[in-house]
Amino acid sequence: MLNFTIRRLVLAVPTLLFISLVIFLLLELAPGDPMAQVPLTVPPEVKEKMREALGLGQPMHIRFWKWIVQFFWIEPQVLVDHMFGTTFSEGDLRVISWQTRSPVMDIVVQRIPQTLWVVGTAYVVAILIALPIGIYSAYRQYSWFDQMGTFVSMVGFSVPPFFSGVLVIVIFSVQLGWFPSIYDTTHVVNSWDSFVVQLKQMIMPVMVLALQITAQLSRFMRASMLDNLNQDYVRTARAKGLSEYTVVMVHVLRNSMIPVVTVIALGIPAIFGGAIITEQVFKVNGIGQLLIGAIQANDLPMVQTLTFIFAVLIVLFNLIADVLYGILDPRIRYD
Amino acid sequence: MTDTDKSDTLVPDEGLAPASTALPTAGVMDDLATPPRSQWRDVWDQFKTHKGAMLGAILFIFIVASVYLGPYLWTIDPTQIDIRSRNQGPSFAHPFGTDQLGRDIMARMMAGGQTSVSVGITAMLLALFLGSLIGVVAGFFKRLDGPLMRLTDLFLALPLLPLLLVMMLLFREPLSAAFGLERGIFILIVCAIGITSWMPTARIVRGDVLAIKEREFVLAARSIGTSNTQIITRHILPNVLSPIMVSATLGIATAIITESALSFLGLGFPPDFPTWGRLLFDGVDYLQQYPERVFWPGLAISLTVLSVNYLGDGLRDALDPRIRGR
Repeated sequence: MLNFTIRRLVLAVPTLLFISLVIFLLLELAPGDPMAQVPLTVPPEVKEKMREALGLGQPMHIRFWKWIVQFFWIEPQVLVDHMFGTTFSEGDLRVISWQTRSPVMDIVVQRIPQTLWVVGTAYVVAILIALPIGIYSAYRQYSWFDQMGTFVSMVGFSVPPFFSGVLVIVIFSVQLGWFPSIYDTTHVVNSWDSFVVQLKQMIMPVMVLALQITAQLSRFMRASMLDNLNQDYVRTARAKGLSEYTVVMVHVLRNSMIPVVTVIALGIPAIFGGAIITEQVFKVNGIGQLLIGAIQANDLPMVQTLTFIFAVLIVLFNLIADVLYGILDPRIRYD
Repeated sequence: MTDTDKSDTLVPDEGLAPASTALPTAGVMDDLATPPRSQWRDVWDQFKTHKGAMLGAILFIFIVASVYLGPYLWTIDPTQIDIRSRNQGPSFAHPFGTDQLGRDIMARMMAGGQTSVSVGITAMLLALFLGSLIGVVAGFFKRLDGPLMRLTDLFLALPLLPLLLVMMLLFREPLSAAFGLERGIFILIVCAIGITSWMPTARIVRGDVLAIKEREFVLAARSIGTSNTQIITRHILPNVLSPIMVSATLGIATAIITESALSFLGLGFPPDFPTWGRLLFDGVDYLQQYPERVFWPGLAISLTVLSVNYLGDGLRDALDPRIRGR
């Protein structure tokens, strides 16, 4: 297992390099000039200087190498410095945003808590809702509960977040006035009342995100339970005279959870991607909104870094899912 | 690519006895009493029993028909500005009301639907073509399997929505300069969605091709000297048609949602060119006064996707011979 994990880790390196190359080349080969917004009255030699100041003077492969070094070598050093008060990264150039002229990672670090808070809560809520629904609809297959579950998850698949989000805003904040339509990230929780306010503003984005995740997870849980419920070991367990609760919740559930756990792990990076739209609808100033803003402002270093962070997350969680699968299910040891 | 590999892969089979039986293995258990039935008749019969799928099919056909044929009956120009009758509620003259420039929302919904549905279908066809091609080639030619599947894995590891957004940002202007504004963006969106959504199809098709390749009828075909191209087109492709069809329906759904998401984020079609996502995006500004403007396009997107999903669900059951006839 360790062998397998190490092999996968090693394999992740070329994958990440390839992805970073794709992202870099996509931005590089794309037509479009970062100097396009500069007024025409600026003389060409000044423009050339500005271009160099943005780091655009050198050939492509050198810039790619610089970016890789900055991302994988200097930024971790900055993190270490920040945590332990050391000075490894002093004087090194970091990835600088064209918008704010400050290091990209600093801005990302400012934005991550909001995203994690909203998206993470949504994911936990979705898991807590989806698992019982999946278990019960598999146990009572084709009952009205199961049919309802199928329909609701189909709706969850089909209604895009930019519609469900706007819909709940119309209903709950415009018509009923229960919840605020904008997520206020400057809100500080320090008393019961402010906690209630925080809870109120989180309900809508969290529920919109959770609806989608629940739809997928509950279907998956149901299918996995159904696979196991007809197995021989279930009949054996019943024949031994175990209670129905023990049979379903211990024997069947533990086996059915194996693929579901890996799907949960695989879903985490996708949630970061999906949150782009939800963050936009509810004006949560998280990573997704940062990306949209950077794209609209033509801030290439920011876009590059953010896209690459998403890619790293995907590769990382794929790896975790694979390893988890091997750990949880001794039948699938890869070596 | 297929032609160069043909000779290589045929070599090991050269020594096989040509007399292997060419019995049809695609299990036909014909009861002699019943008249012969075609496969598609069986599929249709199974499909009819799935109520959700039938409803989905009817709804989808209805939506497509009303979007494409509707403008012949409802002849108001979607771009006609009538500033005097702006922001009207539903009436006989304008069943869905009018927008902030007095344009008829029903006509705009139809025009927007045409774009959304055609983007969905074209992008699906492109993704399907790429996916089936890569899947069949990877499954059939052992030597290309590894590289092509690594490529698929790499594509699956790419963050798709951010990349789509970046592509939209970067290639918008050159393409609309080359092909005209609307057609350029249409091509861009279709290509962007197509090349970022072929991976699931490729994986499913490859898996099926790997299994079918080892079946006796392929061996029989090879033993009588059928070329690789013909084995693929005559024996393999018809047998992987069902997973391709199922992923086609799901592909339409994801393509429509992706296009709307791009339009919603302001990176899709230009403002005066309506699509459902764009109409929804425009409606958000008037959310408090006229919530129905958000509601109609959103409902259209959701209903289309829902109907297509149910359609795919029914197709999956109908095309699976293990479920069919039960």
